Amino acid sequence: MKTFNRGGVHPEENKLARNSKIEVFPLTKKAVVFVSQHLGAPATCLVQKGDKVKVGTLLAKAEAFICANTHSPYSGTVTKVDVATDFNGFKKPAIYIDVEGDEWEEGIDTSNDIIREITLEPKEIVDRIKDRGVVGLGGAAFPTNVKYMIPEGKKAEFLIINGVECEPYLTSDNRIMLENTEEIFIGIEIMKKALGMNNALIGIENNKPEAIRVMTEMSAKYPGTKVVPLQMKYPQGAEKQLINALTGREVPSGKLPIEVGCVVDNVGTALAIYDAVQKNRPLISNVLTYTGKSVKAENQKNLLVRVGTPLQEIIDYCGGLPEDTGKLISGGPMMGKAIMDTTAPTVKTTSSVLVMNQKEASRQKETPCIRCGKCVDACPMGLEPVLLGTLSSQQKWEEAETECVMDCIECGCCLFTCPANRPLLDMIRVGKFKVGAIRRARAQQK
Amino acid sequence: MSILTVSGSPHVHGKMSTNKIMWNVVLALLPALLVSIYFFGWNVLLLTCASVAACLLFECLIQKYLLKGDMSTVYDGSAVVTGILLAFNVPSNLPIWILLLGALVAIGVGKMTFGGLGKNPFNPALVGRVFLFLSFPTNMAPSQWPLPHPMFGSNAVEAVTGPTSLNIMKHGIEQGEVLPNLMDMFTGAMGGSLGEISAIAVLLGGVYMLCRRIISWHIPVAFLGSAFIFAGILNLVNPTLYVSPLYHMFAGGMMLGAIFMATDMVTSPITHKGQIIFGCGCGLLTIIFRCFGSMPEGVSFAILIMNAITPLINKYVKTNKFGYTKTK
Repeated sequence: MKTFNRGGVHPEENKLARNSKIEVFPLTKKAVVFVSQHLGAPATCLVQKGDKVKVGTLLAKAEAFICANTHSPYSGTVTKVDVATDFNGFKKPAIYIDVEGDEWEEGIDTSNDIIREITLEPKEIVDRIKDRGVVGLGGAAFPTNVKYMIPEGKKAEFLIINGVECEPYLTSDNRIMLENTEEIFIGIEIMKKALGMNNALIGIENNKPEAIRVMTEMSAKYPGTKVVPLQMKYPQGAEKQLINALTGREVPSGKLPIEVGCVVDNVGTALAIYDAVQKNRPLISNVLTYTGKSVKAENQKNLLVRVGTPLQEIIDYCGGLPEDTGKLISGGPMMGKAIMDTTAPTVKTTSSVLVMNQKEASRQKETPCIRCGKCVDACPMGLEPVLLGTLSSQQKWEEAETECVMDCIECGCCLFTCPANRPLLDMIRVGKFKVGAIRRARAQQK
Repeated sequence: MSILTVSGSPHVHGKMSTNKIMWNVVLALLPALLVSIYFFGWNVLLLTCASVAACLLFECLIQKYLLKGDMSTVYDGSAVVTGILLAFNVPSNLPIWILLLGALVAIGVGKMTFGGLGKNPFNPALVGRVFLFLSFPTNMAPSQWPLPHPMFGSNAVEAVTGPTSLNIMKHGIEQGEVLPNLMDMFTGAMGGSLGEISAIAVLLGGVYMLCRRIISWHIPVAFLGSAFIFAGILNLVNPTLYVSPLYHMFAGGMMLGAIFMATDMVTSPITHKGQIIFGCGCGLLTIIFRCFGSMPEGVSFAILIMNAITPLINKYVKTNKFGYTKTK
C-alpha cells in the first residue's frame, strides 16, 4: 500500500465522531461574517450599515488575482461593518448581520436534487468557481480558481483529490465522502473538464474502510476516477506528501504542485465546486466536527454550519463545554490552532472544534535534548528539526536559511515525537518568520 | 467561564519521553545482568548496585552543589544506565572502591563537566572504564580473569581464573592456547567483564530496544558488519595469526559495545547516514586495535574516538531533503 517516502508519525486516531451523521445546524440570530476568509489579498467590502442582504448576496468582492469573494450566508440586515475577533484573537474587518428568515438570492438552486450533466465550458467553470468564492477547504483557504488557471509552459498530468483526513479526531471529510459521494464525483468531473483531463486519483487512508468502499463503488460509474487506499501515516494529507504518496514525485522546494504536473484539491472543495457550478451556490457553509475525549458520545457531532455562526452557539448546541475543558482547538490536534475566544464566528475553512481536557491541554515539561535524532526521523520534509530549532533560538538566521528552514510545513511531527518535549516547532516558526522577512527585504533591495 | 490554554500546535504528544527511553535501556540490560550473576555469583549484583548508587549520588551532589541546576535529571534514569554499563565493563573481582572511583570519573568528568545530560561528547561509562583501565591496569585487565562457574552447576566449588578469549586471541594462539568453543562464547560461559560475556543476552536486549524503537538498527549493524568483514579479510590473509571473525563477534565487549555503548543517543550522530559511518568507524577501529594494537581490547577506544568525530559527522553528513532531489 502506498504512502509518502520519508518521515511521518502515528498519532492516536481518536475518530470519535466517525459514525455521527451530518446534522444541519440551526440558523443563528446574529451572524458575524469576516470580509476576507482566504489566503491572499484582502477582498473589498461592498455593503454598509442598513443594507438588506439575502443568502448569496455578494458581501465582499475579490479584486486582486489571488483573492476570493465572500457571500452572505444569511438573509437580514447589516447592522454594522466593523472589526471582530477571530478564533485566534486577531481583529479583522467583519460584517455584522441581524438574521431575518432564510431568503435566498434568485438563481440559486436550493433543492437536494443531484444534477449530473455539466453544461458549462472549462473557462466558464473557472469563472464560476471564482464568482462563487470557492477556496481550498483542506485548511489553507487558497482561492480555488487560481489552481485551475494553469501557468504557461506547465501541464496538468494528475488531478489529485485529497480524502486522506490524516489529522486525528477530524471526521468531516469522512462523513461527506459517505453522505455526498455522488456530488463529490460530479465535482471531480467538473474539475477534470476545467483542466481538460480524463483521470483523477482520490487518496483515502485505510483507517476509513467504509469511505474507501463507498467511494470505490461510486467510481465504477465515473470512469477515469480512481480511489487509491493509502497506508495510514501522518501527515499524508499535506499536499506535498500526498503528491509523493500517489505519484512518487517531489514538489521542488518553494514551488507549487503544478511544477510536477499536479493539481490537488480536498474532497470538501470538490463538493463546494459541485455546489458552485451545478447549483450556483456560493461557499457559505461547511461541515464541522465537534469532538473531544471528554465530550459525551451523543454530543460528538458532524454539523453543517453556515459561515459566521458564533462558536458559543455550536458549543451550546452540543451540550456545552465539559467540566474539565482545558483547551479548544480549531482544526486537528496536530496542526490546528488553539481558540482564544469562544464568541468568535466560524469561517469557510473551520473544519472542527476539538475539545481537549485539562490533562491534554498543557505540554509536558521540557528536558534537555538527548540528540536522539527522532525528530530527524519523523520530519516528512527530511529536515533536521533539532538543528533548525537550535539555530533559531540562537538567532542564526542565515544558517537556518541554508538548512532549509523555509521548507518546514509545520506539521508538528518533530514536537510530537520529541522525548524531551522540546518546543522545536515553536522555535522553527520564529526562524521561518525571520527568514521570510529577510528574504522579502532582500527581494525589495534588488 | 473557565480559562482556556492557548499554545502552538501540535496539541498532542507521542508517548516517548527521556525517562521512558532510559528505563527501557535498563530493562534491556537485565538479561545480561542475570547471565552475569549466574556465571560469576552474587558479587556481580553487589558491584552493579554499588556502581548505580554511586553514579546517582555523584550526579545528585554535582547537580545540587556545583551546577545548581534542575534536579529532575537525576531521576531520569540516565545515571542508572551509566552505572550499569560501567559495572558491566569491569571484572567481577574488582575491588569496590576502584569501581566507585570509576563512577566518579564517569559521572563527574564524563558527564557533568560538560553540563549534564545531553551535552557530553563522550559516553560517560566508557570514560569511566578507560580511566580505570589506564589507572589500574592490573585490576582492570588482569592476565588471570575470573572464569565462569555456573551457580547451579556441580563444579561450582571455587572461582577459577584464566585468560579471557581476547587475551588468547592476542597472545595465546602462538603459545598453543585454545579458545573457548563458539557456543560457550555465545551463551557467556567464558572469562571477561561482567556484562560482556553473553552475546545472546546482549542481543536479546538489543532486539527489545529495536522493537520499542529506542535504538535503530543502523549503528549495531554497521558496527558488527564492518568489524566482521574486516576481521574476515584479515583471517583470509593469514588464518594462523588472525582468528575467524566469528570469534571477534562474541569475544570481549564487541556485542555490548555495538548494541549498548555505541548507540548512546547523546554521543552518536543524529542522521541514519551519519550513524552508519559512525558504526563502520567503530567496527574498523576495534579490529585495528585488537589485531595491531598493544592491548587485547579495542571497543571502548574505538567508540570514544568515533564519539569525538560525531560533531563533525553531524556537520557534514546531511539528510536528503524533500524537494531537492530530482524525481522522474
